[in-house]
Amino acid sequence: MKDNRVIYGILLAVAAVNLHLLLTVYSVDAETQVGIFAILGLSMILMEGHANYFKMGHSLGYAIFILILVMSPLLLNRYWVDVLNNVGLYALLGLSLNIILGHAGLFNMGHASFYAVGAYTAAILNTSYGIPVLWLLPVAGLAAGLFAAVVARPIIHLRGDYLLIVTIGFVEIIRIALVNNVFGITGGSNGIFGISRPELFGFRIRRPHEFFYLIWFFVAVTVFLFHRLEGSRFGRALNYLREDEVAAEGSGINIAHYKLLAFILGATWAGMAGVLYATKMTIISPESFSFWESVLVFLIVILGGSGSIPGAILGAFLIVGLPEIFRGFANARMLIFGAVMMLMMIFRTQGILPSRARRFSVD
Amino acid sequence: MEEFFQQLTNGLAVGGIYALIALGYTMVYGVMKLINFAHGDLFTIGAYLGLTLLTSLSLTGRFGALAGVLILAVMVMALVGIVGIVLERAAYRPLRESPRLSAVVSALGASIFLQNTVMLIYGAKFHFYPQNILPKITIHLFGLPIPLMRIIILLTSLIMMAALYLFIQKTKVGTAIRAAAIDQGAARLMGIDVNLVIMIVFLIGPALGGAAGLMVGLYYGHINFTMGWIYGLKAFTAAILGGIGNIPGAMVGGLLLGVIEAMGAAYISIAWKDAIAFCVLILILIVRPTGLLGERVAEKV
Repeated sequence: MKDNRVIYGILLAVAAVNLHLLLTVYSVDAETQVGIFAILGLSMILMEGHANYFKMGHSLGYAIFILILVMSPLLLNRYWVDVLNNVGLYALLGLSLNIILGHAGLFNMGHASFYAVGAYTAAILNTSYGIPVLWLLPVAGLAAGLFAAVVARPIIHLRGDYLLIVTIGFVEIIRIALVNNVFGITGGSNGIFGISRPELFGFRIRRPHEFFYLIWFFVAVTVFLFHRLEGSRFGRALNYLREDEVAAEGSGINIAHYKLLAFILGATWAGMAGVLYATKMTIISPESFSFWESVLVFLIVILGGSGSIPGAILGAFLIVGLPEIFRGFANARMLIFGAVMMLMMIFRTQGILPSRARRFSVD
Repeated sequence: MEEFFQQLTNGLAVGGIYALIALGYTMVYGVMKLINFAHGDLFTIGAYLGLTLLTSLSLTGRFGALAGVLILAVMVMALVGIVGIVLERAAYRPLRESPRLSAVVSALGASIFLQNTVMLIYGAKFHFYPQNILPKITIHLFGLPIPLMRIIILLTSLIMMAALYLFIQKTKVGTAIRAAAIDQGAARLMGIDVNLVIMIVFLIGPALGGAAGLMVGLYYGHINFTMGWIYGLKAFTAAILGGIGNIPGAMVGGLLLGVIEAMGAAYISIAWKDAIAFCVLILILIVRPTGLLGERVAEKV
């Protein structure tokens, strides 16, 4: 049994060498290869931290992951750092949807609408009134949360699939409203441009390498807070109502109240992710907040393992990273992506890193 | 008043197409409690297969316009039905016992897979149906000029729906499908081969969807590999509107959605057409949480 890790290690090394040879045959240049290995390597270390195949302990696995992640901008070129930035943004979205979908078990496929409300609030306030972007983080978060509170209130009692289609409806309505330049402030289908860069202590964040630290710092804060939340009364109540709504209500949990809170919290976080997206791109348009975007975030949560924080981050690596890795296959990459999704669900039904059952010591 | 009736007939024709697609969603949902997200792409495949068969076999030239289109429709339905059965085998059967969300993700994966297969085979451009298949006749009905195509589409979809309804209600297989939808375990105990029932459902649903794809091709004349998304979404909306799992509900929901959309586009704003459909859906679900004809599900304790 002890030799398992040697076997795993040898297999991994062989796989890495083979991948390197394959990429060389397809004449992928060195910098791209480094990027591909960084994405794959980071995902695998994250899996190691969670599943502990190499028996090095969870915290050591995560520590190595954080160390390599923090160093990666020094090794990668602009393009791949930007890929990692996108991974970070999607990780934020995944973590926020994880509260709604993973913990509370509410089928929300309309997360892009909250993301859009946050991004557009920040963009409008920034371009019209010149308010610094980072100050708008809480404002846009609140706007998205308020939006969620208003729209989710009447539909919170809907069951599974009915909720799914209604949330899809929200995304479409928001997108169409943005395209139609509602109230004359969203800029129509061209969107809003000229959103300013974030400024921190007089330092203007401009390059992908700098954004990397801003975004991943925010991810780290989110992970810390949401990890605390999982064990709290609130988190446990959400898990309870996901497992059995009737029993939860019977035990005195006000389910409508908790479901609504889950929606508001998730939406607030998605709104703040929207601010980071807006300031990173400096241009936002309705096409960035389509139904497809919601589907991607949904997939991040389910593929990674619903209800699990490392799962949501790994999901972001896979959903954003895999299409980049298969870029060499040009047209066929989405085909491969779809096939991988089916296969993963068939062979790993509960997601790659499902949440571990809470354990209590007996004594 | 004339515009109103024009929009009404147009809405009914489009609604008939929605209803045909929605039937596929609702039948699969009824038996398996699964949202078959790939259903919209089966519809796309129907449209493309129709175009390929039409141009390569020149059916209308050989058998005359109406008979040719009829043969074409039967071929498309059979082929798409087979694709549906293969899809169920590959993507859904292994997930029969897993949590529902995994099956949803598998369905989304299947949808992306099929959509990109179509794109790789046919390319990302719009494709055009030949415009001279059916004679462009306008029929005057109660003094209203209505294109023949519109009437044919509405009639065909109504006939198909009636046939399906009779099949489900009157035949032995239909009874088995209804039984499996109510309780799979009990149905199995009564000697019903549930796997066979699911296979039949995955034959009929996609076949109807494929027929709808062919109709869209003939009606609008142009098809694209991404059109399955939006038609699928609309049809799913229709199925939910009527109460998912309920076959007459899907028919009513589809026709209603088509009419609402046509009216909304004509009298409110064409730019808000898609949003109006969803707004109506949300309003109806607030009042009736299980759709128009959906049964109220009692909470089991």
